[in-house]
Amino acid sequence: MTEVIQVYVPKDSAARSVGADDIAVAIAQQAARRQINIELVRNGSRGMFWLEPLVEVLTPAGRVAYGPVSAADVEGLFDSGFLEGKDHRLSLGLTEAIPYLASQNRVTFARMGLSDPLSVDAYIANGGLSGLKAALSMSQNDIVLAVTKSGIRGRGGAGFPTGIKWKTVLEANSDQKFVCCNADEGDSGTYADRMLMEGDPLLLIEAMIISGIAVGATEGYIYVRSEYPDAISTLKAAIAIGYQNNWLGQSVLGSDHSFDLYVRSGAGAYICGEETAMLESLEGRRGVIRAKPPLPAIEGLFQKPTVVNNVLSLAAVPSILAKGPEFYSEMGIAKSRGTQVFQLSGNLARPGIVEVPFGVTLDTLINEFGGGSRSSRPVKAAQVGGPLGSYIPSSKFDLKMDYETFAAANAMVGHGGIVVFDDTANMGRQARFAMEFCSVESCGKCTPCRIGSVRGVEVIDRILSGQDVYANVELLKDLCQTMIDGSLCAMGGLTPMPVLSVLEHFPEELGLVNGQLAASR
Amino acid sequence: MNYLAEPKQFASWSTDAAREVVLRHKGERGPLLEILNDLQGTFGYIHEDAIAILAEELNLSQAEVYGVVTFYKDLRTEAPGGFLVKICRGESCQSVGADKLVESAQEVFETKLGSTNSERSVTLEEVFCLGNCALSPAIMVDEKLIGRMSTERIAELADEIRGVTL
Ligand SMILES: Cc1cc2nc3c(=O)[nH]c(=O)nc-3n(C[C@H](O)[C@H](O)[C@H](O)COP(=O)(O)O)c2cc1C
Ligand code: SF4
Ligand code: FES
Repeated sequence: MTEVIQVYVPKDSAARSVGADDIAVAIAQQAARRQINIELVRNGSRGMFWLEPLVEVLTPAGRVAYGPVSAADVEGLFDSGFLEGKDHRLSLGLTEAIPYLASQNRVTFARMGLSDPLSVDAYIANGGLSGLKAALSMSQNDIVLAVTKSGIRGRGGAGFPTGIKWKTVLEANSDQKFVCCNADEGDSGTYADRMLMEGDPLLLIEAMIISGIAVGATEGYIYVRSEYPDAISTLKAAIAIGYQNNWLGQSVLGSDHSFDLYVRSGAGAYICGEETAMLESLEGRRGVIRAKPPLPAIEGLFQKPTVVNNVLSLAAVPSILAKGPEFYSEMGIAKSRGTQVFQLSGNLARPGIVEVPFGVTLDTLINEFGGGSRSSRPVKAAQVGGPLGSYIPSSKFDLKMDYETFAAANAMVGHGGIVVFDDTANMGRQARFAMEFCSVESCGKCTPCRIGSVRGVEVIDRILSGQDVYANVELLKDLCQTMIDGSLCAMGGLTPMPVLSVLEHFPEELGLVNGQLAASR
Repeated sequence: MNYLAEPKQFASWSTDAAREVVLRHKGERGPLLEILNDLQGTFGYIHEDAIAILAEELNLSQAEVYGVVTFYKDLRTEAPGGFLVKICRGESCQSVGADKLVESAQEVFETKLGSTNSERSVTLEEVFCLGNCALSPAIMVDEKLIGRMSTERIAELADEIRGVTL
């Protein structure tokens, strides 16, 4: 055979965490032994993690997928002719036809898994740079207006309209402005930022350049949590490529805009995901929250006007500019426009990335996409929006993903993480964990958060051991109220959310029946 | 599957080498955390003498530098064991048995969360999310992420570590 067959094995750190590297080696060895000419492409992950490691082969009919593959399967795959897309026990058919993928509406993740994340040619062939090129032909005001019109809101958790933030920075008068990408992704149950940085880093670079042009910033920082070493090294490589190709530097794509971009690593502190703590950390200090106002948009990094946006908020912008704001705003419901990159995890049969428009129900995400629990036991609850988000009982899975609908249900969409629990979960323990997490991660500035969370753990311990349950539940409620009222930031202010959601939806697991003290205790 | 990447090689502490690390960050804005991360990447930990060097080089008080070192959980002031094993205790990993995994890890590595075993082959730490929630339970060994962990596989990992450090 003389023609070269393309075989794809993901380089994503999650795929590698279940053996993708071993499979890449095994495939190369088998091909060499059989004297078959293959091109092994290390792509991003398609985000169907129950199928990882997922191997794909390019055939005349399209890409054919096999998974989950183990190194021991590789010889058999060759024997059964997988290089021609032939059938095998692990065959999944055409990748694009797998229902999980085919039912999505990938916009931000459109390129995810298609090619080598650091290939500029593949990036451009698949629509890359068209957002930046559009931006270069627009005025700053028009870029900001397009972002505003698209209706996109901050994907980092707070849901603040991105266009309005950019407008504030654009209008701020200063000799120096910054763009900071919040890639701290501390929320448990979320991994879309990581995938994007590893799987389509050039998109984030393009997005940050656009943001810089829009607001008049010439310097950008990506603050990545230290738990993501692969994302950090991939971004550094991507930035070097950005400079080589004149996307970054003195003259962005030959224009008179300049933009420099740097990667910074955190050092293990959840609170550094909060934007002002992140700025402190970027300045080389302890990650202690700053009081707002002033907003970072007015006085941010080194007191200069600063755009702080989550990875996903930024990464949506190139498509918005390339395809027009209506393309984005037509998707979604109410005040939640566009798509969200939902991240399914926990006790789930089919965990992975589901990018669909807002308005999708939890039931569709958890049961249709996710396939219900991995343990085959009944699903009991899902925690949505990270460790500060509510536990939602399965009876409420008709909730539509929408910022306001969730807020009205005492819950939050957050960064779009959905963690599923089966009926063996102990919700009292989950409530306790929320307080424990806050006690570990508090920046220490306010007493209700720093001390309240420690008290919270103690009070829940007493409840769970049956001591004075009624009085302690009242105490817990008071404590939650104190944290809500007396915390400077959402760390202390939202920690009560998961706790109160357990009290509301699973009162019997904190010693109550119908909200009352259990008769027997 | 091979659990272990190449064991990390750290330089032994010297003030000259430390000053070189600091020099690499000249011209960066607000470089203290970057330098601390780099020092730890070079030597495996932040030597106590680094505090005075950094204070002098960056024109900060020693208290300021020390305050930053102690704020961040990743920054260590003592050399870790041969392998740094981080076990995720985030909610996704909890939903599929992280608590049990922590228990068995403490058994097989013969140490508690937050400490180093007596042979100094393993430092065991908890972490809240490794971004591998779709393949929970997850752990990280040095910089290598491992998914679909189980109590059996933790025991295999311990064997592999024993094999390397014997
Ligand atoms: C305790 C805490 C942790 C946070 N962690 C993150 C994070 O990891 N990533 C993120 O983008 N935003 C995080 N946020 C939200 C940021 O403060 C901020 O709202 C966001 O970065 C703004 O970007 P966006 O408008 O694009 O969402 C956190 C907030 C709080 C209170
Ligand atoms: S609420 Fe907690 S994390 Fe936020 S500023 Fe106060 S002490 Fe710090
Ligand atoms: S919760 Fe364990 S990897 Fe995210």
